[in-house]
Amino acid sequence: MSSARAGTTPWLLAAPGALLFTALVVVPLVLTLVLSFHVYDTASGVKDETTLSHYAIILSDSYFLNIFWRTLRLAALTTLICAMIGAPEAYILSRMREPWRSIFLLAIIGPLLVSVVVRAFGWSMLLGPTGLVNEAFRALGLGTVKILYTETAIVIALVHVMLPFMVIPVWTSLQKLDPMVEAAAWTLGASRLTALGRVVLPQVTMGLLSGSLVVFGLSASAFAIPALLGGRRLKMAATLVYDEYMHELNWPLGAAIAILVLVINLVIMLAYQRVVEARARRTLG
Amino acid sequence: MISMHRNGPIALLFHTLVVGFVLAPLVVICLVALTPANTLTLPTTQFSLRWFTAVFAHPDFVASFLNSLWVAAIAATIAVVLAVAAGLALDRFDFRGRAALNALFLSPLMIPHLVLGVALLRLFALLGATGSLVWLTAGHIVVITPYVLRLVLAALSGLDRSAEQAAVTLGASGWVVFRRITVPMILPGITGGWLLAFINSFDELTMSIFITSPATVTLPVRMYMYATESIDPMMAAVSALMIAITAAAMLLLDRIFGLDKILVGQG
Repeated sequence: MSSARAGTTPWLLAAPGALLFTALVVVPLVLTLVLSFHVYDTASGVKDETTLSHYAIILSDSYFLNIFWRTLRLAALTTLICAMIGAPEAYILSRMREPWRSIFLLAIIGPLLVSVVVRAFGWSMLLGPTGLVNEAFRALGLGTVKILYTETAIVIALVHVMLPFMVIPVWTSLQKLDPMVEAAAWTLGASRLTALGRVVLPQVTMGLLSGSLVVFGLSASAFAIPALLGGRRLKMAATLVYDEYMHELNWPLGAAIAILVLVINLVIMLAYQRVVEARARRTLG
Repeated sequence: MISMHRNGPIALLFHTLVVGFVLAPLVVICLVALTPANTLTLPTTQFSLRWFTAVFAHPDFVASFLNSLWVAAIAATIAVVLAVAAGLALDRFDFRGRAALNALFLSPLMIPHLVLGVALLRLFALLGATGSLVWLTAGHIVVITPYVLRLVLAALSGLDRSAEQAAVTLGASGWVVFRRITVPMILPGITGGWLLAFINSFDELTMSIFITSPATVTLPVRMYMYATESIDPMMAAVSALMIAITAAAMLLLDRIFGLDKILVGQG
């Protein structure tokens, strides 16, 4: 980066975008934060008085605590399964030869670009009572199993949507690993398992960690998957916010939940930033 | 040496299962879309395009499809203009507030779309602008600009500056250098960024569901509403069309920029 004379040029260049982003990101977030402190009355709507009661209700009422607990639990489970599938898959991909490597990398991460509504709908067909999964169960004599509208369905579809976000960082860190180092470990008498655990795994830890943080953050705020595969009764944080805004019309309470979701996400993203910086320092030093 | 790096049979079995898992819902959608029946069944002997015909005869789906197309095309174009200008400022100049500006432009990547959706709903409600296609597009611009900006910044930082310097030495003005040298050299970043922005806008559900009105419903929101009410093979046909459009854009992206570079660069 060459530093031309600063002056006003960079500000003029960035001004249109900066104004738009201030008006449509910063201002609305501040308005929502303010809204979350406003009193809501079912008869008269949002009032001008301020209160902390929405946060107090969310953090004490068992209805909300249950939904938050489910959100964190399912997001953690999704992250764990993504790590268990995504990391080995990235390793297998990195050991493939061209053109298979490129083809399968595209097959694994390409669905990232397909709308999440489409993918949720695909899973609702597969997991429904007459879906292929239940057909297979019946063929095996296991009878019909209720999967759709359970937490299992939510986790299966979340893993499907989040898997690319785990494969990508692990794949990136594997690209930096010289395959000869692993081969050297074998030559020196290490078993394949030892080489994997002592040579490959330490190299991908950072990729695994940053992938896990992204997957957890996105899962915890996912909307379409719990809405379409969890049914009306199995709510997660995002579907709860939607209900408060669109059905209960209690915007201040919905705003308070949204602010909590945002805070949890920002904490995770800050942790992610730390991980990336630590990795950058390690490669530099 | 190479043979030592081949995957064993267990690894290949695992890999086959993962690829099957990833592709299964998409394959099932495309098959069910071809059913001649009235219910969501896999066609076995007969195939039919009747549900695709039904989609194009459904005024709501057609209107939403056109909404999505317009919003995505206009939002992606404006996002590219904003991102190129901002990218030049961030890449070429060192100034006070540069880091803050960078953080502002990338902030939508860190804020869940759900939160952006309710925040914009509040702003638009106060402005009396709910249900406006213009404001919906503005919301989409904010969500997709960071993706373009990252590609533009990558293209700018990988640029060999000597051609620009030669043009300046030969007396070209700043605008001529930009138009005749800088833009052609970062064109893959610009076109790749436009396509990525288009796909992201075309697919966006979680933010849009809060800020669309009956007249401005986009295709993913329409599909979500349809899927919560009734489930018939028409939903599979729309989904199959979405997959086809995404696949076409993906192939284009791959030609222009290398899809693995774009997506892996995202991580």
